[in-house]
Amino acid sequence: MAAVARDARPSSSPVELLVNVGKNQSTKTLLRVIILGFIAAAAVASRLFSVIRFESIIHEFDPWFNFRATKYLVAHGFYDFWDWFDDRTWHPLGRVTGGTLYPGLMVTSGVIYHLLRALTVPVDIRNICVLLAPAFSGLTAFAAYLLTNEMTTSPSAGLLAAAFMGIAPGYISRSVAGSYDNEAIAIFLLVFTFYLWIKALKLGSVLWGALCALFYGYMVASWGGYAFITCLVPLHAFVLICMGRFSMRLYTSYTTWYALGTLASMQIPFVGFLPVRTSEHMPALGIFGFLQLVAFLEYVRSAVPSRQFQTFLYVGLGGIFGISLLALIGLTTFGYIAPWSGRFYSLWDTGYAKIHIPIIASVSEHQPTAWPAFFFDLNMLIWLFPAGVYLCFQKLEDEHVFIIVYALFGSYFAGVMVRLMLTLTPVVCVAAAIAVSQLLDAYLVVKSPEPADNEEENLDSTGKKASKHGVLRTASQPVVGIYNLLSKGFVAGCMTLYLLIFVQHCTWVTSNAYSSPSVVLASRMPDGSQHIIDDYREAYQWLRQNTKEDAKIMSWWDYGYQIGGMADRPTLVDNNTWNNTHIATVGKAMSSREEVSYPIMRQHEVDYVLVVFGGLLGYSGDDINKFLWMVRIAEGIWPDEVKERDFFTARGEYRVDGEASDTMKNSLMYKMSYYNYASLFPPGQAQDRVRGARLPDQGPVLNTLEEAYTSENWIIRIYKVKDLDNVGRDHAAAASFERGHKKKKATKKRGPRVLRVD
Amino acid sequence: MAPKKSAAAASAASPSAPATTTAPTASTSTVAKTSASGPQSIDQVARNIVEHYQKTTPQRTKLIDVFMAFLVVVGGLQFAYCVLAGNYPFNAFLSGFSATVGQFVLTASLRIQTTEANKSDFPSISPERAFADYVVASLILHFFCVNFIN
Repeated sequence: MAAVARDARPSSSPVELLVNVGKNQSTKTLLRVIILGFIAAAAVASRLFSVIRFESIIHEFDPWFNFRATKYLVAHGFYDFWDWFDDRTWHPLGRVTGGTLYPGLMVTSGVIYHLLRALTVPVDIRNICVLLAPAFSGLTAFAAYLLTNEMTTSPSAGLLAAAFMGIAPGYISRSVAGSYDNEAIAIFLLVFTFYLWIKALKLGSVLWGALCALFYGYMVASWGGYAFITCLVPLHAFVLICMGRFSMRLYTSYTTWYALGTLASMQIPFVGFLPVRTSEHMPALGIFGFLQLVAFLEYVRSAVPSRQFQTFLYVGLGGIFGISLLALIGLTTFGYIAPWSGRFYSLWDTGYAKIHIPIIASVSEHQPTAWPAFFFDLNMLIWLFPAGVYLCFQKLEDEHVFIIVYALFGSYFAGVMVRLMLTLTPVVCVAAAIAVSQLLDAYLVVKSPEPADNEEENLDSTGKKASKHGVLRTASQPVVGIYNLLSKGFVAGCMTLYLLIFVQHCTWVTSNAYSSPSVVLASRMPDGSQHIIDDYREAYQWLRQNTKEDAKIMSWWDYGYQIGGMADRPTLVDNNTWNNTHIATVGKAMSSREEVSYPIMRQHEVDYVLVVFGGLLGYSGDDINKFLWMVRIAEGIWPDEVKERDFFTARGEYRVDGEASDTMKNSLMYKMSYYNYASLFPPGQAQDRVRGARLPDQGPVLNTLEEAYTSENWIIRIYKVKDLDNVGRDHAAAASFERGHKKKKATKKRGPRVLRVD
Repeated sequence: MAPKKSAAAASAASPSAPATTTAPTASTSTVAKTSASGPQSIDQVARNIVEHYQKTTPQRTKLIDVFMAFLVVVGGLQFAYCVLAGNYPFNAFLSGFSATVGQFVLTASLRIQTTEANKSDFPSISPERAFADYVVASLILHFFCVNFIN
């Protein structure tokens, strides 16, 4: 404080004051606060495109369930939410919601809701849900700032990382306003947990370790991706031990984190005993045990200094590690520990999901990432990222090892699965910020470096870093300065230009690619004005207003959450794909003949069937395009009743026009999609704009269903399941009777009758 | 084992104190014995360790060690009971067992942080701070355990 005052006094004239801005400590702090404030504001503002263009609604599919659960929490209180049995999904089965969801997101927004009400700012729960992700993205930027400041002494790196994290499209894609998904708060928790872990490791403090465990517990309560932390932190510890960097700080921080964090994670009903039972969590347990051993042997070594004993220690250490690994393998093979679950296993064996679990492979986010996606989501960060990792190798303290490990695994996972780009983005931002700040620190200093500086630093570092220099000779390179003002200006100018382009790219990507609510489809009229296609909400609203309160809706699982959220009607299956057989049942009903489907629908008390059809508008994400996945999933359960091969023509084509296979034409999905569709066009002109096929004039005939509602652009079609026939005929006979196909001459010939059995 | 630490370890070896955790000294010798295979006489090693322990450990640290030994015994008993009688209320077993394990590692951390020889590893943590941290972490641990045991 006194130093600041002394600094400030001589610069009394305004010019000197201007020159000295940023020199003393308090102005620096003020600038930092202002910059972080601006970054948070930019992070929030860049996520609001969809709210400003359209309206403040929940996007996508999954968020609709989260929203519905949050409404339930707010309306009924916490305890009811915790034991909520939801009988309006998975119709005959119901869903034990309290035990099958991660409650962190809902509880967070519930707390915010009540907090705001306590402050007499009554905000609608929908608006809190919509704007939760932008708010937390500001916090994520701050967490990235903290994490980066642990990595480097450079004053600018943290701010750069915060700026990158705030606007990088890789993170924006999952956190725009209205995207009320678990990732909205999970990425903040991920980065903040990592920050706390690094802090705990550096200080060796039990308190920071406990804080890290608490935030880890919060993360577990929020997102299934917590397994990433559970595997990354032990891996970091293991790499440190292998590098011979075991220290007592590692012991205290890791064991505190593990002991408290595991208990904290087991408090979540959805997680339960998984941390001691499944393979995903075994690395953490193994390293926990291994650390005890290492620490004990370290103690013994300090007690008995002997060369031979040392080698014996290493052998013992390796031996026990090997034995425990064998024990783990043994326990897994004998079934005490569950093997990797399919979702995680498919990350290692990338062909696994496609063959064995079509329901995982059917999700578009679970595909491998293409190169352009990396550049699209991270722009210049993607080529600064390796440079930043390289710089971490040069310094290589404990925390840099973390960045390296994280970078390796994060990039592998992001390469395997598109949606895991999200976990890569934080480390990319941190590493890129380290690289950029290194560059700017070298080139943006007006003063030329003095050679004496160099020696002094060497002298200074001999004490503490002597052993380090022995480890890495490359790290002890001479300091080379830049003396030419022109080259400084040129490089700094280039970098500034890149940074500006980065901002522009991020804004453009966010505005054009990631800010469209999938509930409303926007298109442009020829004169440039916007035309909104709002069929989804139109149809859901119809369901809400014109059907019984407990009318069961059958649709493909993609729309389960939206129907539950917007139409407020019970559904058979939804996006939480926990019961594969039930989904296969719906798939079978959709892909079979009417005679087969009708009993299935009767057995499940289905009242309405909803299909999405994009043929009129050219909306490609419709049910005919998803139809093959329904067939595949149904085939997995009933291989002899549903066969994928039957849906192709003889030449192996998937067609919907006149040449489609008979199975295809008779399937319920085909009939529902194209029912009456040809009547929309002049004869011979019926056209499917998605498949680009010309349809036959004679459309399919539906006997067991009747059309209940078709939305304006024919995107959503709703059918009502007919009741049983009054006089006990089957529906085909009844329908043909209605159509007037009466037998002209009542043939007197008696058919082969069977004996009546009473 | 760490090259970085080897200098410190060598200096620490002569007069001053131990580094880490272990359970009672009795188990020390058994562990050493089981994994012994070298020509070195293990008796000698074990005796050295015991002697070193008794000579260099301050009274307060020994008290901590007694508590840790007690925790090991309690944890061992619980585990034995679980093996013998089955693990039906698995959450109860887990919370009891992890309470002992968690308390054990927290106490070990306290012991590490308060040991003189480790001062260089923890420049910012005074013994009082270490104890306060220990109390906070133990409270959190017990909250979770009580919550989990139902």
